[in-house]
Amino acid sequence: MESANRTGLVELIAQARAEKDYDRLAEFVPYAKLLGIRFREDEAGQLLFWLDYKPENIGNALMPALHGGVIAAFMEHAATLQILWQRETVTLPKIIDFSIDYLRPGRPETLYARCSLVRQGQRIANVAVSAWQGDPERMVATARMHFLLSRPS
Amino acid sequence: MTPAMSNANETVQRAQRFFEFIPHGRQLGLEVISWQPRSLLAKLPYRSEIVGNPYTGYIHSGALTVLVDQTSGTAAILELGAAETVATLDLRIDHLRPAKPGLPLYALAECYRMTRDVAFVRCVCYDEDPADPVATSMSTFMRVRSRQANETEEGKA
Repeated sequence: MESANRTGLVELIAQARAEKDYDRLAEFVPYAKLLGIRFREDEAGQLLFWLDYKPENIGNALMPALHGGVIAAFMEHAATLQILWQRETVTLPKIIDFSIDYLRPGRPETLYARCSLVRQGQRIANVAVSAWQGDPERMVATARMHFLLSRPS
Repeated sequence: MTPAMSNANETVQRAQRFFEFIPHGRQLGLEVISWQPRSLLAKLPYRSEIVGNPYTGYIHSGALTVLVDQTSGTAAILELGAAETVATLDLRIDHLRPAKPGLPLYALAECYRMTRDVAFVRCVCYDEDPADPVATSMSTFMRVRSRQANETEEGKA
């Protein structure tokens, strides 16, 4: 069972990479698909993540503003995709801890994010993520998190 | 019914009305369960669309974050008057173990300290036993006078 799972994920990532089929990897996880998380690789090989606006992602209907939990979930999942894309891995990285600072309300428009693998050891990865709308200098949130990585067998 | 019970019922109803105004919480089916002084209990039902690992059926840790953020923020708001709301400053979650697939997830958030400007909240997430948590969280919220309240007061002036 476990070995079948691992083969499935390795193949999925290899295919997505080879065919530049980003959406296939982005939609592989049901909650990421529900939120509408997407990503692309730019010319420099850097990944840009984004979340197009939809009314279901709103938290404060009066402002209106994106749900703080949605912003956090988007940033955490972006980090997961970054690890899957960058690293030869056989299982999904497991989140250990997650910390987010909210700097501005998320307006009802596209939210972007970039991730930086600050440190990657044998077992643990430390990832920093920043999210913005419009001007990348005006950040909506910054987050940092640790993931437990699968051990190479 | 004792006055304390009726107060708790009113607070639960206030929290429920608040939850109804949160579109993403509605989409996930977040539900207020109960309230006792400073502590709010809410539930996230298990659904296939919030799964984070298709191989195991574990729910996405981000969906857990939505539950924690919304329950913690609401616990803080319930300590304030109707004219005030809160904005999340920061939130930290430790993921202790995966939640059991197929079971609802509960969040018990306690606003343990309220100051002139900031609310401090801790939260525990569990599936079956509060003593065997899935995740623990600490968060801080800034107090904000709601726009409606300001408009009402400006109208009076």
